[in-house]
Amino acid sequence: MIPSSFTYKRAGSAEEALDLIAEHGEDAKFLAGGHSLLPLMKLRLAAPEVIIDLSGLADLSYIADQGSHVAIGALTRHHDVEHSELLGRQLPLLAHAASRVGDPQIRHRGTIGGSVAHADPASDLPAVLLALDAILVACGPGGEREIEIGDFFQGLFETTLEPDELLTEIRVPKPASAGWSFQKFAQRGLDWAIVGCAAQDGKVALVNMGGTPLRATAVESALAGGASPAEAAAHAAAGTSAADDIRATRAYREHLARVLVARALTEANSRSLSRTPRHATPTHPPPLFMIAARFGWYLPVSGHHHGVRRCGAGRGRRWGTMEACGYAAR
Amino acid sequence: MKVDLTVNGKDITADVEDRMLLVHFLRDVANLTATNIGCDTTSCGACTVLLDGESVKSCTVLAAQASGHDITTVEGLASHGEMHPVQRAFHAEHGLQCGFCTPGMVMAIVSLLKENPHPTEEEVRTGLEGNLCRCTGYHNIVRAALAAAEVTS
Amino acid sequence: MSILGTRVIRTEDPRLLTAGAVYVDDLRIPELSGAARVTFVRSPIAHARITGIDTTQASREPGVIAVLTVADMDDLVPPPPDDGSGGEGDGGEGGPVPIGGAWAEPLLAADTVRYVGEPVAVVITDGRYQGEDAADLVSVDYDPLPAVVGPAAAASGEVLLFPAAGTNVPAANEVSTDDTPFSGCDVVVEQDIVNQRVACMPMEGRATAAAVAGGRLTVWHSSQNAQLCRLILCGALSMAPDQIRVVVPDVGGGFGAKVGIDRDAIIVAWAARKTGRALRWAETRSENLVGMTQGRAQLQHVKIGGSRDGRIQAYRIDILQDTGAYPRVGGFLPGLTCLMAPGVYDIPEVQAGFRVVVTNATPIHAYRGAGRPEAAAAIERAVDLFAAEIGMDPAEVRRRNFIPAGKFPFQTKTGALYDSGDYEAALDKVLAAAGYAELRAEQQRRRARGDVRQLGIGLSTYVEITAADGGAGETAKIEVADDGTATVYTGSSAHGQGHHTAWAMLVQDELGIPMDQVTVLHGDTDLIPVGVGTYASRSLQLGGSAVHKAAVEVKDEARRQAAAMLEAAEADVVLDTVTGLWQVRGDPDTSLSWGQVAGHTSGGSLIADVRFTADLPTFPFGAHVSVVEVDIETGQVTLLRHVTVDDAGPVLNPILAEGQRHGGIAQGAAQALLEEVLYDADGNPLTSTLADYAAISATELPSFELLVSETPTTVNPLGVKGIGEAGTIGATPAIQNAVTDALAHLGIRHIDMPATPQRVWTAINAAQKAGKQ
Repeated sequence: MIPSSFTYKRAGSAEEALDLIAEHGEDAKFLAGGHSLLPLMKLRLAAPEVIIDLSGLADLSYIADQGSHVAIGALTRHHDVEHSELLGRQLPLLAHAASRVGDPQIRHRGTIGGSVAHADPASDLPAVLLALDAILVACGPGGEREIEIGDFFQGLFETTLEPDELLTEIRVPKPASAGWSFQKFAQRGLDWAIVGCAAQDGKVALVNMGGTPLRATAVESALAGGASPAEAAAHAAAGTSAADDIRATRAYREHLARVLVARALTEANSRSLSRTPRHATPTHPPPLFMIAARFGWYLPVSGHHHGVRRCGAGRGRRWGTMEACGYAAR
Repeated sequence: MKVDLTVNGKDITADVEDRMLLVHFLRDVANLTATNIGCDTTSCGACTVLLDGESVKSCTVLAAQASGHDITTVEGLASHGEMHPVQRAFHAEHGLQCGFCTPGMVMAIVSLLKENPHPTEEEVRTGLEGNLCRCTGYHNIVRAALAAAEVTS
Repeated sequence: MSILGTRVIRTEDPRLLTAGAVYVDDLRIPELSGAARVTFVRSPIAHARITGIDTTQASREPGVIAVLTVADMDDLVPPPPDDGSGGEGDGGEGGPVPIGGAWAEPLLAADTVRYVGEPVAVVITDGRYQGEDAADLVSVDYDPLPAVVGPAAAASGEVLLFPAAGTNVPAANEVSTDDTPFSGCDVVVEQDIVNQRVACMPMEGRATAAAVAGGRLTVWHSSQNAQLCRLILCGALSMAPDQIRVVVPDVGGGFGAKVGIDRDAIIVAWAARKTGRALRWAETRSENLVGMTQGRAQLQHVKIGGSRDGRIQAYRIDILQDTGAYPRVGGFLPGLTCLMAPGVYDIPEVQAGFRVVVTNATPIHAYRGAGRPEAAAAIERAVDLFAAEIGMDPAEVRRRNFIPAGKFPFQTKTGALYDSGDYEAALDKVLAAAGYAELRAEQQRRRARGDVRQLGIGLSTYVEITAADGGAGETAKIEVADDGTATVYTGSSAHGQGHHTAWAMLVQDELGIPMDQVTVLHGDTDLIPVGVGTYASRSLQLGGSAVHKAAVEVKDEARRQAAAMLEAAEADVVLDTVTGLWQVRGDPDTSLSWGQVAGHTSGGSLIADVRFTADLPTFPFGAHVSVVEVDIETGQVTLLRHVTVDDAGPVLNPILAEGQRHGGIAQGAAQALLEEVLYDADGNPLTSTLADYAAISATELPSFELLVSETPTTVNPLGVKGIGEAGTIGATPAIQNAVTDALAHLGIRHIDMPATPQRVWTAINAAQKAGKQ
């Protein structure tokens, strides 16, 4: 419940943050929203000696239209991504996925950069950004560099970000077509996705089907070759290495991937035809602890939870209004 | 290290361990014990307070991070002896039984209604997915939130 | 008009909503100023011998006052030796008490640990944070033993948890295996059923504080009964009752797991005495999910036989009860399951029996329903299986087998005497409100279309036993002071149920003293030395009846005083319960207030101190209809509607009764759909945090539809039964039956709980493959 002792430093600027990380090296970790790192530290699964708080870097929280792409500051909170009018218009897939990260309290703290740098394959935003072919911008002692997201995720919690680098911006190209879908499958509102998928522009990325978020390249090839959603979705599990854990076996995950990809492609198609409102599909972020359990940690590891995967029922709910629930049409 | 928080309108400065969690600062330094701790994985929401007017889980915020910011706990909601509409709604709708999840629930709903003044039942339930209760089955908590929304809007 | 039966919002709430309740960890009182913190060192391994404990490094840490192990417990009766020579144990199924002897459970582990989370040492520090640091540094050497995981492994007896006992079975009442009752049946169905282990998970975990002053030990504990805590502490610490005071402040939920005081808390109390320091302890959720007792955990085999016209002729239930590492309650829980086995049905032949086994897992104890949900879940599943086998609507089968309304009191084949009930009326009411016929029609439409989302309609009709220990009764003392206010000292011990409101309503109704002039106190052995507590849904019928009895006695005493003061005959003195004034009949000008009457007594107050006992338990009953949607492609189950009748007799305060039903339904739904405690093959818990343990949240539940039904009992003067556990007992089987019902057209007859998407999809997948052959 209590982290091991550490020294807290608050950076006033990106330069200061880089100086501090250079000074303390491997003993230090950046703290953005803290809802990936602090839960790990509270369970003593991580014990950095120095914490560098980035919350003072207000100039790294922004969402800006830059013509061909939207630039999002790494410290932009999920809440702000969710409620951004600009993103609602230009990148509804991302805005919607952010609305399903964790719960409202977590979204008030967690950041898009923090989520991406943490690189949990069970998180939503990494997969969504992968589907959208985002470019990440990192700053380090050597200056600034751009990283294509396809090269960024290396393994479980592993990225090509150097320990002395700071992620500063995420550039998301504006999609060519309006149709998008985010399908997240979880047991409960606050759970990680058992499996999830993001689709837009014929690109499909999977949540929690391996050690990193994955592009469903076999699905994409099939689509490019003229396959229907159902035909393409049959390839959803190709190239994946899904975990066995208390929520699901590998075989069940592979089955879910096929189902969710089919639903996502169908929904994306219907959206591109009818321009349905952006918050139609509830989705879920995945559980770090499932991964953790797989690696022998019996304790939960990170802080993005939840998402709602159905609409609440209640008295007087009419039969047949499934659209309101956000499920893909049968 | 020295931290300086404004809690329920009052400035509190204290010398605390760097690792002190905001929830412990509130309970043990500010002596505001209404905010409770129900888990250790940022799951249950019993520790929910407002930080600069927005709901956060105070078990996953360092007192150091909150230094320089405004915190509101349930003890700071009532004004001039009058309960806040959300508190009143909880009373009227029997939205609490043992009371342990209640401060967190109330603060989560205050924040929810600020951002979405006219939520549907579904939106209330989704909005409370980070807050667990074991006694009420959520039925009356949802009613309380909807009742409070009617009064405040 | 009486206030009883009206909707009165709670008097408890303003304080809880504004200042917050005061739970043990919130106490900021002089007795605990400067209190040190207790942090437990717990076993990380399910089954092992402890070969050494090294506390030297931990002891040197900053802020460490002491590190204590079993070796320091030299001021206590020593723990039983591991060879079982510690004496006789009660191996039977008596009340819910631990079996001693070879099965005895130590406080701090002696030389064997038997479950992950078992307390091994305590670290006492100035501050909480230091405690976690120091606890990490206590070094314990474990020599692993093979772990016995799950009741089937325990039953095999290959590895014994208590070698000196020679078996893993501390208690049994073997079921009859005589098949004669089934031989004449047209149809016989058998099924293995899992009633899975679940965690109680009150939002407030276990918490205890203790301090010794002036030779007296005070223990503040989050409990469901202070008086039982004191009794247990006296035994454990070899102290006399007047040397111990137990105070129960506000309690954040109990659900049965906080009855009395458990092992970890006794250790805290002992440590306070040992060190002379005031101490506080509040467990983390991770500790709670391995250290607090858990519920259910039965493997059941049921056999049901009957005729094709729907009459059930015979029912057998054979229970294997996992009790965890220590048999804390012997055969008590499965004993209740057997008692309630036939449920609401008049079944000519009933066979019920059990074996209890120990496993390397968290000990099992009462959890909302405590043995009765298991009974209802089994019989309701069996009835649906029988209905499917004969192709009859499950509602119709139930109707053909109910104990008829005219046959009460009804003695069941298992020895229960049901006081009152009307099971058919409950079913009819709930089916009508749910719109059963239209639901079946919608189900048919979806099946015909081959919809991805199929509809399931599940029923349960249930009866349960409350206040099974009515003979123990409950205490109440009422004191009316010379300012006209009343204080009620109750032996009941609310932890969310709203007794303070309910008892004040009773006082206002009987005495005409307004509720806001009534104070209710509980949970302090100095103020209420004798009391029984709140569990088994006993409080209204026993505690409320005690308050009523005390009120009547106070009223009688007041009448005597008033008659003397008014110089009238007692028979002519009346109490106007609307104004709260004592008057002479027909003479409204002379009246006395309660305060005046009380002030006139030699003691300055009117006092009645009573115990109310009931000769018999009571049997609330009900019917639930659950409507679920199952996504055939993913196995996802959505609870759409849940409609209930829960009849516990006249309702004192509908607000409170509804709240109990809501909470009960949610926990019942949680077991049916989501929650289970899991262990790996080595006995390591896999669900030891709230991220992994799938505790139900608001997004999985709809708003519930509750119907009113009030069938009184003659067992107590209020005519009431207990509502606290009924919702849970009724909800679980209805939802489980609904899931199976949704998939019946695929040939699926049974899916074990919880109906996780994985489990449901596995059943669908298998059925679809079988269908293709």
